[in-house]
Amino acid sequence: MTTLPPPSAKKLGLVIDLDTCVGCHACAVACKEWNDGGDFGPLPDSDPYGKAPNGVWFNRVHSYAVEQATPQGSRELTVHFPRSCLHCETPACVTVCPTGASYKRAEDGIVLVDDDKCIGCQLCAWACPYGAREISPQRGTMQKCTLCVDRIYNETLDEADRQPACVMACPTRARHFGDLGDVESAVSKLVAERDGYALMPEFGYQPVNRYLPPRPRRDGADVKPPPREETLDRERLPGVLRWLDRVLSR
Amino acid sequence: MRPTFSIICFTVLSGAGYGLLFLLGLATAFGVMPTLRSQLPLELARFALANPLIPNPSLALATALAVGAILVAAGLLCSLGHLGKPARAWRALSQWRSSWLSREGVFSLLSFVPLLGMIVDLIARPTLSSPSMALRACGVLLCLGCVATVVCTAHIYSSLKPIRAWHDRHVVPGYLYLSLYSGALLLTALATLGIPTQTTVVALWLGNALIVAPCAAVSKWRYWRSIDAHGPPRAGAATGLDRLGSVRSFEQPHTEENYLTHEMGFVLARKHSRTLRAFALWSILLAPISWLPLAWLGGGSIAWLSLALGLLGVFVERWLFFAEARHAVMAYYGR
Repeated sequence: MTTLPPPSAKKLGLVIDLDTCVGCHACAVACKEWNDGGDFGPLPDSDPYGKAPNGVWFNRVHSYAVEQATPQGSRELTVHFPRSCLHCETPACVTVCPTGASYKRAEDGIVLVDDDKCIGCQLCAWACPYGAREISPQRGTMQKCTLCVDRIYNETLDEADRQPACVMACPTRARHFGDLGDVESAVSKLVAERDGYALMPEFGYQPVNRYLPPRPRRDGADVKPPPREETLDRERLPGVLRWLDRVLSR
Repeated sequence: MRPTFSIICFTVLSGAGYGLLFLLGLATAFGVMPTLRSQLPLELARFALANPLIPNPSLALATALAVGAILVAAGLLCSLGHLGKPARAWRALSQWRSSWLSREGVFSLLSFVPLLGMIVDLIARPTLSSPSMALRACGVLLCLGCVATVVCTAHIYSSLKPIRAWHDRHVVPGYLYLSLYSGALLLTALATLGIPTQTTVVALWLGNALIVAPCAAVSKWRYWRSIDAHGPPRAGAATGLDRLGSVRSFEQPHTEENYLTHEMGFVLARKHSRTLRAFALWSILLAPISWLPLAWLGGGSIAWLSLALGLLGVFVERWLFFAEARHAVMAYYGR
Protein backbone atom coordinates (compact mmCIF):
# COMPACT_ATOMS: atom_id res chain seq x y z
CA MET A 1 0.00 0.00 0.00
CA THR A 2 1.28 3.42 -0.81
CA THR A 3 -0.68 5.12 1.92
CA LEU A 4 1.79 5.71 4.74
CA PRO A 5 1.84 3.48 7.81
CA PRO A 6 1.36 5.15 11.22
CA PRO A 7 4.63 6.76 12.38
CA SER A 8 6.99 4.09 13.65
CA ALA A 9 8.85 4.38 16.94
CA LYS A 10 11.94 2.97 15.26
CA LYS A 11 13.42 5.26 12.61
CA LEU A 12 16.49 3.70 11.08
CA GLY A 13 18.69 6.09 9.21
CA LEU A 14 22.13 7.52 8.60
CA VAL A 15 24.02 10.39 10.15
CA ILE A 16 26.62 11.87 7.81
CA ASP A 17 29.47 13.94 9.19
CA LEU A 18 30.37 16.68 6.71
CA ASP A 19 33.31 17.60 8.91
CA THR A 20 35.17 14.33 8.42
CA CYS A 21 33.99 13.24 4.98
CA VAL A 22 36.98 13.42 2.66
CA GLY A 23 35.06 12.80 -0.56
CA CYS A 24 36.75 9.49 -1.37
CA HIS A 25 33.55 7.91 -2.83
CA ALA A 26 34.26 4.66 -0.93
CA CYS A 27 30.67 4.68 0.37
CA ALA A 28 29.32 5.02 -3.17
CA VAL A 29 31.55 2.22 -4.50
CA ALA A 30 30.82 -0.12 -1.57
CA CYS A 31 27.10 0.56 -1.99
CA LYS A 32 27.20 -0.21 -5.69
CA GLU A 33 29.18 -3.37 -5.03
CA TRP A 34 26.86 -4.70 -2.31
CA ASN A 35 23.63 -3.84 -4.10
CA ASP A 36 24.82 -5.24 -7.41
CA GLY A 37 25.01 -8.65 -5.77
CA GLY A 38 22.69 -8.50 -2.75
CA ASP A 39 19.01 -9.41 -2.50
CA PHE A 40 17.97 -6.36 -4.50
CA GLY A 41 20.56 -6.61 -7.29
CA PRO A 42 21.77 -6.51 -9.91
CA LEU A 43 22.40 -2.87 -10.75
CA PRO A 44 23.48 -3.16 -14.37
CA ASP A 45 25.18 -0.30 -16.23
CA SER A 46 24.87 0.67 -19.85
CA ASP A 47 28.13 0.98 -21.75
CA PRO A 48 30.15 0.35 -18.56
CA TYR A 49 33.58 0.36 -20.22
CA GLY A 50 32.72 2.55 -23.19
CA LYS A 51 32.63 6.27 -23.86
CA ALA A 52 29.49 7.17 -21.93
CA PRO A 53 29.05 4.78 -19.01
CA ASN A 54 25.74 5.20 -17.22
CA GLY A 55 24.14 3.32 -14.39
CA VAL A 56 22.24 3.41 -11.14
CA TRP A 57 24.09 4.37 -7.95
CA PHE A 58 22.31 4.84 -4.64
CA ASN A 59 24.96 7.14 -3.32
CA ARG A 60 26.41 10.22 -5.03
CA VAL A 61 29.17 12.33 -3.49
CA HIS A 62 29.12 16.03 -4.40
CA SER A 63 31.91 18.48 -3.63
CA TYR A 64 31.26 22.09 -2.73
CA ALA A 65 33.34 25.16 -2.02
CA VAL A 66 31.86 27.34 0.68
CA GLU A 67 33.12 30.90 0.57
CA GLN A 68 33.29 32.51 3.97
CA ALA A 69 34.01 36.09 4.93
CA THR A 70 36.49 36.42 7.81
CA PRO A 71 38.21 39.41 9.39
CA GLN A 72 41.34 38.36 7.41
CA GLY A 73 39.47 38.33 4.10
CA SER A 74 37.45 35.63 2.37
CA ARG A 75 38.41 31.96 2.43
CA GLU A 76 37.00 28.78 0.94
CA LEU A 77 35.92 25.73 2.84
CA THR A 78 35.80 22.42 0.95
CA VAL A 79 32.80 20.29 1.88
CA HIS A 80 32.22 16.82 0.46
CA PHE A 81 28.58 15.94 0.47
CA PRO A 82 27.29 12.36 0.10
CA ARG A 83 23.68 12.30 -1.10
CA SER A 84 21.41 9.27 -0.77
CA CYS A 85 17.87 8.36 0.31
CA LEU A 86 16.92 10.06 3.58
CA HIS A 87 14.14 7.56 4.40
CA CYS A 88 11.68 10.39 5.05
CA GLU A 89 8.93 10.02 7.63
CA THR A 90 6.29 11.34 5.20
CA PRO A 91 7.81 10.55 1.79
CA ALA A 92 5.96 11.77 -1.30
CA CYS A 93 7.74 9.09 -3.35
CA VAL A 94 5.58 6.53 -1.54
CA THR A 95 2.21 8.27 -1.73
CA VAL A 96 2.48 9.15 -5.45
CA CYS A 97 3.15 5.51 -6.42
CA PRO A 98 0.14 4.20 -8.38
CA THR A 99 0.89 0.51 -7.88
CA GLY A 100 1.87 0.05 -4.25
CA ALA A 101 5.42 -0.86 -5.29
CA SER A 102 6.90 2.02 -3.31
CA TYR A 103 6.34 1.57 0.40
CA LYS A 104 7.52 2.57 3.84
CA ARG A 105 8.08 -0.22 6.32
CA ALA A 106 5.92 0.14 9.41
CA GLU A 107 8.45 -1.60 11.67
CA ASP A 108 11.58 0.50 11.06
CA GLY A 109 10.67 3.25 8.59
CA ILE A 110 12.87 2.04 5.70
CA VAL A 111 11.53 3.16 2.29
CA LEU A 112 11.71 0.37 -0.29
CA VAL A 113 10.56 -0.52 -3.81
CA ASP A 114 8.91 -3.87 -4.52
CA ASP A 115 10.58 -4.76 -7.81
CA ASP A 116 7.77 -7.15 -8.75
CA LYS A 117 5.12 -4.42 -8.60
CA CYS A 118 7.00 -1.41 -10.03
CA ILE A 119 5.80 -0.35 -13.51
CA GLY A 120 8.66 2.13 -14.02
CA CYS A 121 6.45 5.24 -14.33
CA GLN A 122 9.15 7.33 -12.59
CA LEU A 123 6.66 9.51 -10.75
CA CYS A 124 8.43 8.71 -7.45
CA ALA A 125 11.73 10.01 -8.84
CA TRP A 126 9.99 13.24 -9.84
CA ALA A 127 8.45 13.51 -6.37
CA CYS A 128 11.80 13.23 -4.55
CA PRO A 129 13.65 16.56 -4.13
CA TYR A 130 16.76 14.71 -2.93
CA GLY A 131 17.40 12.71 -6.10
CA ALA A 132 17.33 9.45 -4.19
CA ARG A 133 15.75 7.38 -6.94
CA GLU A 134 17.14 6.35 -10.29
CA ILE A 135 15.48 4.11 -12.84
CA SER A 136 17.32 1.15 -14.30
CA PRO A 137 16.60 1.06 -18.04
CA GLN A 138 17.88 -2.52 -18.12
CA ARG A 139 15.44 -3.69 -15.45
CA GLY A 140 12.66 -1.22 -16.27
CA THR A 141 12.05 -0.54 -12.59
CA MET A 142 12.94 2.14 -10.06
CA GLN A 143 15.95 1.57 -7.84
CA LYS A 144 16.88 3.16 -4.54
CA CYS A 145 18.85 2.85 -1.31
CA THR A 146 17.55 -0.04 0.80
CA LEU A 147 19.56 0.99 3.86
CA CYS A 148 21.09 -2.45 3.24
CA VAL A 149 18.03 -4.11 4.74
CA ASP A 150 19.54 -7.39 3.51
CA ARG A 151 22.62 -6.76 5.68
CA ILE A 152 21.39 -5.06 8.83
CA TYR A 153 19.08 -7.93 9.83
CA ASN A 154 21.29 -10.70 8.46
CA GLU A 155 22.05 -12.94 11.43
CA THR A 156 24.65 -14.93 9.53
CA LEU A 157 26.88 -11.84 9.69
CA ASP A 158 28.79 -10.83 12.79
CA GLU A 159 26.83 -8.30 14.78
CA ALA A 160 29.46 -5.65 14.06
CA ASP A 161 28.93 -6.20 10.33
CA ARG A 162 25.16 -5.69 10.44
CA GLN A 163 25.44 -2.15 9.13
CA PRO A 164 24.89 -0.64 5.70
CA ALA A 165 27.78 -1.21 3.29
CA CYS A 166 28.45 2.54 2.99
CA VAL A 167 28.90 2.85 6.75
CA MET A 168 31.23 -0.14 6.88
CA ALA A 169 33.34 1.22 4.01
CA CYS A 170 33.86 4.79 5.24
CA PRO A 171 37.55 5.20 6.12
CA THR A 172 37.00 8.32 8.21
CA ARG A 173 33.92 7.14 10.13
CA ALA A 174 31.94 9.96 8.59
CA ARG A 175 28.84 7.76 8.31
CA HIS A 176 26.85 6.46 11.25
CA PHE A 177 23.89 4.12 11.23
CA GLY A 178 21.26 3.73 13.93
CA ASP A 179 17.80 4.39 15.27
CA LEU A 180 17.05 8.10 15.09
CA GLY A 181 13.66 7.52 16.71
CA ASP A 182 15.38 6.60 20.00
CA VAL A 183 16.73 9.70 21.75
CA GLU A 184 19.14 7.55 23.75
CA SER A 185 20.79 5.97 20.68
CA ALA A 186 24.39 6.85 19.80
CA VAL A 187 23.30 8.50 16.53
CA SER A 188 20.63 10.62 18.24
CA LYS A 189 23.16 11.79 20.82
CA LEU A 190 25.63 12.62 18.06
CA VAL A 191 22.97 14.67 16.25
CA ALA A 192 22.10 16.53 19.45
CA GLU A 193 25.74 17.21 20.29
CA ARG A 194 26.74 18.39 16.82
CA ASP A 195 23.56 20.25 15.80
CA GLY A 196 22.74 17.76 13.05
CA TYR A 197 20.22 19.01 10.53
CA ALA A 198 17.74 17.69 7.97
CA LEU A 199 17.95 18.59 4.27
CA MET A 200 15.34 20.91 2.74
CA PRO A 201 12.82 20.61 5.59
CA GLU A 202 10.59 23.13 3.78
CA PHE A 203 9.16 20.36 1.60
CA GLY A 204 7.68 18.77 4.71
CA TYR A 205 8.78 15.21 3.96
CA GLN A 206 10.59 15.00 7.32
CA PRO A 207 13.83 13.25 6.37
CA VAL A 208 15.16 10.82 8.98
CA ASN A 209 18.84 11.07 7.96
CA ARG A 210 20.81 13.91 9.49
CA TYR A 211 23.89 15.84 8.36
CA LEU A 212 26.47 17.09 10.85
CA PRO A 213 27.81 20.50 9.81
CA PRO A 214 31.56 21.07 9.44
CA ARG A 215 33.19 22.15 12.69
CA PRO A 216 34.59 25.70 12.81
CA ARG A 217 38.01 25.89 11.14
CA ARG A 218 41.14 26.02 13.32
CA ASP A 219 43.18 28.29 11.07
CA GLY A 220 42.97 31.17 13.52
CA ALA A 221 40.28 33.09 11.70
CA ASP A 222 37.62 31.92 14.13
CA VAL A 223 39.85 32.09 17.23
CA LYS A 224 39.19 34.99 19.55
CA PRO A 225 42.34 37.06 20.37
CA PRO A 226 43.76 36.00 23.78
CA PRO A 227 42.76 38.26 26.68
CA ARG A 228 45.23 41.06 27.22
CA GLU A 229 47.74 40.42 30.00
CA GLU A 230 47.18 42.37 33.15
CA THR A 231 49.96 44.69 34.07
CA LEU A 232 51.48 44.57 37.50
CA ASP A 233 53.48 47.40 39.01
CA ARG A 234 55.99 45.41 41.09
CA GLU A 235 57.41 48.49 42.72
CA ARG A 236 54.12 49.14 44.46
CA LEU A 237 53.93 45.67 46.03
CA PRO A 238 54.93 45.06 49.63
CA GLY A 239 58.37 43.42 50.03
CA VAL A 240 57.16 39.86 50.72
CA LEU A 241 54.88 39.78 47.73
CA ARG A 242 57.60 41.32 45.53
CA TRP A 243 59.87 38.45 46.56
CA LEU A 244 57.05 35.94 45.87
CA ASP A 245 56.49 37.42 42.40
CA ARG A 246 60.17 37.15 41.62
CA VAL A 247 60.28 33.49 42.73
CA LEU A 248 57.15 32.53 40.78
CA SER A 249 58.27 34.40 37.68
CA ARG A 250 61.47 32.36 37.38
CA MET B 1 12.40 18.29 -16.86
CA ARG B 2 12.97 16.30 -20.01
CA PRO B 3 9.91 16.63 -22.27
CA THR B 4 9.00 13.02 -22.92
CA PHE B 5 7.16 12.67 -26.21
CA SER B 6 4.90 9.89 -24.94
CA ILE B 7 3.61 11.97 -22.00
CA ILE B 8 3.10 15.11 -24.09
CA CYS B 9 1.13 13.10 -26.68
CA PHE B 10 -0.85 11.48 -23.89
CA THR B 11 -1.88 14.74 -22.20
CA VAL B 12 -2.64 16.55 -25.49
CA LEU B 13 -4.58 13.71 -27.15
CA SER B 14 -6.50 12.55 -24.11
CA GLY B 15 -7.11 16.20 -23.15
CA ALA B 16 -8.68 16.87 -26.55
CA GLY B 17 -10.61 13.59 -26.36
CA TYR B 18 -12.02 14.36 -22.92
CA GLY B 19 -12.91 17.91 -23.98
CA LEU B 20 -14.82 16.54 -26.97
CA LEU B 21 -16.54 13.85 -24.91
CA PHE B 22 -17.46 16.43 -22.26
CA LEU B 23 -19.19 18.61 -24.86
CA LEU B 24 -20.98 15.62 -26.42
CA GLY B 25 -22.04 14.38 -23.00
CA LEU B 26 -23.33 17.84 -22.12
CA ALA B 27 -25.23 18.09 -25.41
CA THR B 28 -26.84 14.70 -24.83
CA ALA B 29 -27.72 15.49 -21.22
CA PHE B 30 -29.47 18.70 -22.22
CA GLY B 31 -31.18 17.00 -25.15
CA VAL B 32 -29.43 19.05 -27.83
CA MET B 33 -29.56 16.12 -30.18
CA PRO B 34 -28.15 16.24 -33.68
CA THR B 35 -30.70 17.83 -35.96
CA LEU B 36 -28.95 17.69 -39.25
CA ARG B 37 -31.74 18.79 -41.50
CA SER B 38 -32.90 21.73 -39.47
CA GLN B 39 -32.37 25.22 -40.80
CA LEU B 40 -29.20 26.92 -39.64
CA PRO B 41 -29.75 29.87 -37.39
CA LEU B 42 -26.96 31.70 -39.11
CA GLU B 43 -26.21 31.78 -42.78
CA LEU B 44 -22.54 32.07 -41.74
CA ALA B 45 -22.21 28.36 -41.20
CA ARG B 46 -23.76 27.28 -44.48
CA PHE B 47 -20.63 25.41 -45.52
CA ALA B 48 -21.31 22.89 -42.81
CA LEU B 49 -24.46 21.83 -44.63
CA ALA B 50 -22.65 20.73 -47.73
CA ASN B 51 -22.65 16.99 -48.22
CA PRO B 52 -22.83 15.59 -44.72
CA LEU B 53 -20.95 12.29 -44.73
CA ILE B 54 -23.25 10.65 -42.23
CA PRO B 55 -26.88 11.63 -42.80
CA ASN B 56 -28.30 9.90 -39.73
CA PRO B 57 -28.09 12.18 -36.68
CA SER B 58 -27.79 9.38 -34.09
CA LEU B 59 -25.03 7.71 -36.03
CA ALA B 60 -23.33 11.07 -36.41
CA LEU B 61 -23.29 11.53 -32.62
CA ALA B 62 -22.06 7.95 -32.19
CA THR B 63 -19.26 8.70 -34.65
CA ALA B 64 -18.24 11.82 -32.76
CA LEU B 65 -18.24 9.85 -29.49
CA ALA B 66 -16.12 7.17 -31.14
CA VAL B 67 -13.62 9.81 -32.27
CA GLY B 68 -13.34 10.96 -28.64
CA ALA B 69 -12.95 7.38 -27.43
CA ILE B 70 -10.21 6.72 -29.99
CA LEU B 71 -8.31 9.87 -28.95
CA VAL B 72 -8.52 8.98 -25.27
CA ALA B 73 -7.48 5.40 -25.93
CA ALA B 74 -4.61 6.57 -28.16
CA GLY B 75 -3.48 8.92 -25.39
CA LEU B 76 -3.58 6.15 -22.80
CA LEU B 77 -1.60 3.87 -25.12
CA CYS B 78 0.99 6.65 -25.61
CA SER B 79 1.36 6.96 -21.85
CA LEU B 80 2.26 3.27 -21.69
CA GLY B 81 5.30 4.13 -23.79
CA HIS B 82 6.69 6.02 -20.79
CA LEU B 83 6.60 2.97 -18.53
CA GLY B 84 9.56 0.72 -17.87
CA LYS B 85 7.22 -2.26 -17.49
CA PRO B 86 4.12 -1.52 -19.64
CA ALA B 87 2.75 -5.04 -19.19
CA ARG B 88 2.19 -4.29 -15.51
CA ALA B 89 0.18 -1.11 -16.18
CA TRP B 90 -2.98 -2.67 -14.72
CA ARG B 91 -1.35 -2.44 -11.28
CA ALA B 92 -1.61 1.35 -11.50
CA LEU B 93 -5.33 1.18 -10.72
CA SER B 94 -4.81 -0.04 -7.16
CA GLN B 95 -3.58 2.97 -5.15
CA TRP B 96 -6.37 5.49 -5.72
CA ARG B 97 -6.39 6.32 -2.02
CA SER B 98 -3.10 8.20 -2.23
CA SER B 99 -1.95 8.51 -5.85
CA TRP B 100 -3.33 10.96 -8.42
CA LEU B 101 -1.89 8.80 -11.20
CA SER B 102 -3.89 5.86 -9.94
CA ARG B 103 -7.04 8.02 -9.63
CA GLU B 104 -6.55 9.20 -13.19
CA GLY B 105 -6.39 5.60 -14.39
CA VAL B 106 -9.53 4.66 -12.45
CA PHE B 107 -11.56 7.63 -13.72
CA SER B 108 -10.39 7.19 -17.31
CA LEU B 109 -11.58 3.58 -17.28
CA LEU B 110 -14.84 4.45 -15.50
CA SER B 111 -15.57 7.10 -18.16
CA PHE B 112 -15.55 4.37 -20.79
CA VAL B 113 -18.64 2.75 -19.22
CA PRO B 114 -21.19 5.53 -20.06
CA LEU B 115 -19.25 6.29 -23.25
CA LEU B 116 -19.54 2.77 -24.66
CA GLY B 117 -23.13 2.58 -23.39
CA MET B 118 -24.02 5.71 -25.36
CA ILE B 119 -22.32 4.49 -28.54
CA VAL B 120 -24.08 1.10 -28.38
CA ASP B 121 -27.46 2.73 -27.64
CA LEU B 122 -27.13 5.25 -30.48
CA ILE B 123 -26.18 2.55 -32.97
CA ALA B 124 -28.89 0.15 -31.78
CA ARG B 125 -31.69 2.77 -31.93
CA PRO B 126 -30.53 5.24 -34.55
CA THR B 127 -33.91 6.79 -35.26
CA LEU B 128 -34.35 8.19 -31.78
CA SER B 129 -35.81 11.69 -32.03
CA SER B 130 -35.01 12.87 -28.53
CA PRO B 131 -32.58 11.22 -26.06
CA SER B 132 -34.00 8.71 -23.58
CA MET B 133 -33.50 9.22 -19.86
CA ALA B 134 -30.86 6.49 -19.84
CA LEU B 135 -28.95 8.24 -22.60
CA ARG B 136 -29.19 11.58 -20.78
CA ALA B 137 -27.95 9.94 -17.56
CA CYS B 138 -25.01 8.45 -19.48
CA GLY B 139 -24.29 11.93 -20.83
CA VAL B 140 -24.15 13.34 -17.29
CA LEU B 141 -21.89 10.51 -16.11
CA LEU B 142 -19.62 10.98 -19.11
CA CYS B 143 -19.30 14.72 -18.34
CA LEU B 144 -18.37 13.99 -14.73
CA GLY B 145 -15.90 11.30 -15.75
CA CYS B 146 -14.18 13.62 -18.24
CA VAL B 147 -13.80 16.45 -15.71
CA ALA B 148 -12.57 14.08 -13.01
CA THR B 149 -9.98 12.49 -15.30
CA VAL B 150 -8.54 15.81 -16.50
CA VAL B 151 -8.47 17.15 -12.93
CA CYS B 152 -6.55 14.02 -11.86
CA THR B 153 -4.09 14.40 -14.77
CA ALA B 154 -3.38 17.98 -13.73
CA HIS B 155 -3.02 16.98 -10.07
CA ILE B 156 -0.37 14.38 -10.93
CA TYR B 157 1.85 17.34 -11.78
CA SER B 158 0.57 20.02 -9.42
CA SER B 159 1.05 17.71 -6.41
CA LEU B 160 4.81 17.44 -7.00
CA LYS B 161 6.39 20.01 -4.69
CA PRO B 162 10.01 19.58 -5.89
CA ILE B 163 9.02 20.95 -9.31
CA ARG B 164 8.03 24.53 -8.59
CA ALA B 165 6.67 25.16 -12.10
CA TRP B 166 4.19 22.30 -11.65
CA HIS B 167 3.30 22.95 -8.02
CA ASP B 168 1.34 26.02 -9.04
CA ARG B 169 -2.31 26.95 -8.59
CA HIS B 170 -2.67 27.78 -12.29
CA VAL B 171 -1.87 24.23 -13.42
CA VAL B 172 -5.28 22.61 -12.82
CA PRO B 173 -7.33 25.41 -14.47
CA GLY B 174 -4.83 25.45 -17.35
CA TYR B 175 -5.35 21.75 -18.04
CA LEU B 176 -9.14 22.11 -17.83
CA TYR B 177 -9.31 25.14 -20.14
CA LEU B 178 -7.04 23.60 -22.75
CA SER B 179 -8.90 20.30 -22.67
CA LEU B 180 -12.22 22.09 -23.27
CA TYR B 181 -10.57 24.30 -25.87
CA SER B 182 -9.09 21.47 -27.93
CA GLY B 183 -12.32 19.44 -27.58
CA ALA B 184 -14.36 22.38 -28.88
CA LEU B 185 -11.96 22.89 -31.80
CA LEU B 186 -12.26 19.22 -32.64
CA LEU B 187 -16.05 19.29 -32.48
CA THR B 188 -16.18 22.38 -34.69
CA ALA B 189 -13.97 20.60 -37.21
CA LEU B 190 -16.11 17.44 -37.04
CA ALA B 191 -19.19 19.58 -37.64
CA THR B 192 -17.85 20.57 -41.03
CA LEU B 193 -18.27 16.90 -41.96
CA GLY B 194 -21.82 16.98 -40.66
CA ILE B 195 -20.78 15.22 -37.48
CA PRO B 196 -22.80 15.55 -35.36
CA THR B 197 -24.77 18.75 -35.89
CA GLN B 198 -24.70 22.24 -37.27
CA THR B 199 -27.34 23.96 -35.20
CA THR B 200 -25.00 24.26 -32.26
CA VAL B 201 -21.84 24.66 -34.25
CA VAL B 202 -21.95 28.44 -34.45
CA ALA B 203 -22.61 28.77 -30.72
CA LEU B 204 -19.78 26.32 -30.13
CA TRP B 205 -17.44 28.18 -32.40
CA LEU B 206 -18.28 31.57 -30.87
CA GLY B 207 -17.98 30.19 -27.33
CA ASN B 208 -14.57 28.73 -28.04
CA ALA B 209 -13.21 31.76 -29.87
CA LEU B 210 -14.58 34.39 -27.49
CA ILE B 211 -14.61 32.67 -24.09
CA VAL B 212 -12.61 29.43 -23.80
CA ALA B 213 -9.55 30.40 -25.87
CA PRO B 214 -9.08 33.80 -24.13
CA CYS B 215 -9.59 32.15 -20.71
CA ALA B 216 -6.99 29.50 -21.57
CA ALA B 217 -4.57 32.16 -22.84
CA VAL B 218 -4.99 34.36 -19.76
CA SER B 219 -4.59 31.34 -17.49
CA LYS B 220 -1.35 30.35 -19.24
CA TRP B 221 -0.07 33.90 -19.21
CA ARG B 222 -0.69 34.16 -15.45
CA TYR B 223 0.94 30.75 -14.98
CA TRP B 224 4.09 31.87 -16.79
CA ARG B 225 4.22 35.05 -14.72
CA SER B 226 3.85 32.99 -11.58
CA ILE B 227 6.64 30.52 -12.40
CA ASP B 228 8.98 33.31 -13.55
CA ALA B 229 8.66 35.00 -10.16
CA HIS B 230 10.67 32.20 -8.53
CA GLY B 231 14.40 31.81 -9.06
CA PRO B 232 16.03 28.41 -9.47
CA PRO B 233 16.78 26.38 -6.33
CA ARG B 234 20.31 26.95 -4.99
CA ALA B 235 22.99 24.54 -3.78
CA GLY B 236 23.33 26.44 -0.48
CA ALA B 237 19.70 25.88 0.46
CA ALA B 238 19.66 22.29 -0.82
CA THR B 239 22.73 21.24 1.19
CA GLY B 240 21.97 23.36 4.25
CA LEU B 241 25.50 24.79 3.93
CA ASP B 242 24.27 28.34 3.25
CA ARG B 243 24.54 28.99 6.99
CA LEU B 244 28.33 28.74 6.57
CA GLY B 245 28.77 30.94 3.52
CA SER B 246 28.04 31.07 -0.17
CA VAL B 247 28.06 27.60 -1.72
CA ARG B 248 29.41 26.64 -5.14
CA SER B 249 29.60 23.16 -6.63
CA PHE B 250 33.17 22.54 -7.78
CA GLU B 251 32.99 18.87 -8.59
CA GLN B 252 30.13 16.67 -9.75
CA PRO B 253 29.67 13.19 -8.31
CA HIS B 254 30.08 11.65 -11.75
CA THR B 255 31.84 12.62 -14.95
CA GLU B 256 29.08 11.42 -17.30
CA GLU B 257 25.37 12.10 -17.33
CA ASN B 258 23.19 10.03 -15.04
CA TYR B 259 19.44 9.43 -14.84
CA LEU B 260 18.88 12.57 -12.77
CA THR B 261 20.82 14.99 -14.96
CA HIS B 262 19.29 13.44 -18.08
CA GLU B 263 15.71 13.45 -16.79
CA MET B 264 15.73 16.64 -14.76
CA GLY B 265 18.47 18.82 -16.20
CA PHE B 266 16.82 19.91 -19.46
CA VAL B 267 17.89 23.45 -20.38
CA LEU B 268 16.98 24.05 -24.04
CA ALA B 269 13.38 25.18 -23.46
CA ARG B 270 14.27 27.93 -21.00
CA LYS B 271 16.69 29.37 -23.56
CA HIS B 272 13.90 29.78 -26.15
CA SER B 273 10.97 30.12 -23.81
CA ARG B 274 9.97 33.65 -24.88
CA THR B 275 9.52 32.72 -28.56
CA LEU B 276 7.81 29.42 -27.85
CA ARG B 277 5.43 30.92 -25.30
CA ALA B 278 4.39 33.62 -27.77
CA PHE B 279 3.86 30.99 -30.46
CA ALA B 280 1.71 28.80 -28.19
CA LEU B 281 -0.35 31.73 -26.94
CA TRP B 282 -1.08 33.21 -30.38
CA SER B 283 -1.82 29.83 -31.96
CA ILE B 284 -4.30 29.05 -29.20
CA LEU B 285 -5.98 32.45 -29.55
CA LEU B 286 -6.06 32.62 -33.35
CA ALA B 287 -6.95 29.02 -34.22
CA PRO B 288 -10.68 29.21 -33.42
CA ILE B 289 -11.00 32.67 -35.00
CA SER B 290 -9.28 31.50 -38.19
CA TRP B 291 -11.87 28.73 -38.62
CA LEU B 292 -14.57 30.99 -40.03
CA PRO B 293 -12.56 32.83 -42.72
CA LEU B 294 -10.86 29.56 -43.70
CA ALA B 295 -14.19 27.76 -43.98
CA TRP B 296 -15.76 30.70 -45.81
CA LEU B 297 -12.96 30.93 -48.34
CA GLY B 298 -12.03 27.33 -48.84
CA GLY B 299 -14.88 25.21 -47.57
CA GLY B 300 -15.18 22.88 -44.62
CA SER B 301 -12.10 20.78 -45.29
CA ILE B 302 -9.76 23.79 -45.19
CA ALA B 303 -11.19 24.64 -41.76
CA TRP B 304 -9.36 21.60 -40.44
CA LEU B 305 -6.22 23.74 -40.69
CA SER B 306 -7.47 25.76 -37.74
CA LEU B 307 -7.76 22.56 -35.72
CA ALA B 308 -4.17 21.70 -36.66
CA LEU B 309 -3.01 25.18 -35.63
CA GLY B 310 -4.83 25.02 -32.30
CA LEU B 311 -3.55 21.55 -31.45
CA LEU B 312 -0.02 22.59 -32.43
CA GLY B 313 -0.34 25.50 -29.99
CA VAL B 314 -1.49 23.15 -27.23
CA PHE B 315 1.33 20.75 -28.09
CA VAL B 316 3.94 23.53 -27.81
CA GLU B 317 2.34 24.69 -24.55
CA ARG B 318 2.55 21.15 -23.15
CA TRP B 319 6.14 20.75 -24.35
CA LEU B 320 7.03 23.97 -22.51
CA PHE B 321 5.14 22.80 -19.41
CA PHE B 322 7.56 19.90 -19.13
CA ALA B 323 10.68 21.34 -20.67
CA GLU B 324 10.72 24.64 -18.75
CA ALA B 325 10.17 23.10 -15.33
CA ARG B 326 13.15 22.86 -12.99
CA HIS B 327 13.51 20.07 -10.47
CA ALA B 328 14.81 20.87 -6.98
CA VAL B 329 17.44 18.10 -7.17
CA MET B 330 19.34 20.06 -9.83
CA ALA B 331 20.39 22.46 -7.06
CA TYR B 332 22.80 19.77 -5.82
CA TYR B 333 24.42 19.78 -9.24
CA GLY B 334 24.64 23.56 -9.29
CA ARG B 335 22.58 23.64 -12.51
